[in-house]
Amino acid sequence: MMEHIPLDFPFLAAALLVGISFYIIIFKKNLIKLIMGIAMLASGVNLFLVSLGYRAGGNAPIYTDVPEGTMVMSVPQALTLTSIVINVAVLALMLTMVIRIYRHTGSLDSEKSRKLKG
Amino acid sequence: MRQVTGWIVLIVLVVFLIWSVMLIHPFGYPDVSDMDDYIIENSQEETGSNNVVAAVLFDYRGLDTLGEATILFTAVTGVLLLLRASKRKEETS
Amino acid sequence: MLTKIVRTVANQLILFIVIFGLYVIVHGHITPGGGFQGGAVVVSGIVMLLVVFGSQDLKKSLRERVLSITESSGALMFIILAFIGIGVVFFYNFLLGTPIFGRIPDFGSGPGDIWTGGVIPLMNIAVGIKVIAGLSAVVLALALFSGGEEVEE
Repeated sequence: MMEHIPLDFPFLAAALLVGISFYIIIFKKNLIKLIMGIAMLASGVNLFLVSLGYRAGGNAPIYTDVPEGTMVMSVPQALTLTSIVINVAVLALMLTMVIRIYRHTGSLDSEKSRKLKG
Repeated sequence: MRQVTGWIVLIVLVVFLIWSVMLIHPFGYPDVSDMDDYIIENSQEETGSNNVVAAVLFDYRGLDTLGEATILFTAVTGVLLLLRASKRKEETS
Repeated sequence: MLTKIVRTVANQLILFIVIFGLYVIVHGHITPGGGFQGGAVVVSGIVMLLVVFGSQDLKKSLRERVLSITESSGALMFIILAFIGIGVVFFYNFLLGTPIFGRIPDFGSGPGDIWTGGVIPLMNIAVGIKVIAGLSAVVLALALFSGGEEVEE
């Protein structure tokens, strides 16, 4: 008989976010929608990284006035902070490149700005 | 042709994602946590701060924060470089 | 530039936002927070000023030369603090035990004390200055470019 299916909700939500962003990146042609898909991919990865370090019944890893009990793992939270800042920097660079492409070619279609001409 | 290839790749990737999520440890009971146990036990006397996450970010793993500060600096330089007025092009066009 | 009610409220609110952001930066080793989070709070206050007053008025107050020097000095302070303890190892916590920021708290939960933490509060302040100057320069450049006039040299 089937025991408990090992499909917990936070991991499934992160996998669905990554899956939807793959659909956007493969099938959409508008440049702004592509950037939104990449931002969604970053959110899915950050959610997965934070939910890997959870301990059931744990408290926040800060020692100031913490109640009794175990603490949640602290290293994945530090790595997620670094990941969020790096995603902000990459998103800012992508947006300025889209602005320059729009000024140069006049349209936001990714098919028109693909040819290698001057 | 492009549509069919796109759908095949998408279905393979999504099936792979959902199947690989089932093979991780159950949510809330991690398998190995020796490094985090050591850091939570000894961070108050080795670094002297109450915040374990700040101690990990700036003392145990300070080189990652140095790399991240470099990336932020490079991105700000790149954005301010791309959004400048090009005077020669506006005069000749 | 928006109406007079919005301008008056924004003039009063920007003080509290900046104070809250500096509180989150300086208390980074006691409460949750730190350099990056506090810097994001202050930059969101500057974005509010940008929406209310327009980019032309804000360009007179936040000159590009001052922002660039501030950001570079924040990054330099971070690297100098990492290099001072090079006698033992890179990123050594050389302020533990000295009277500046050097107390060690007792084990277990208790009220936090600012004069703990070693070199961590100074690094938080350096990273906070860097994030504030860098991200507000980016936001100002984007607003000026889309308004039709680019950032002059």
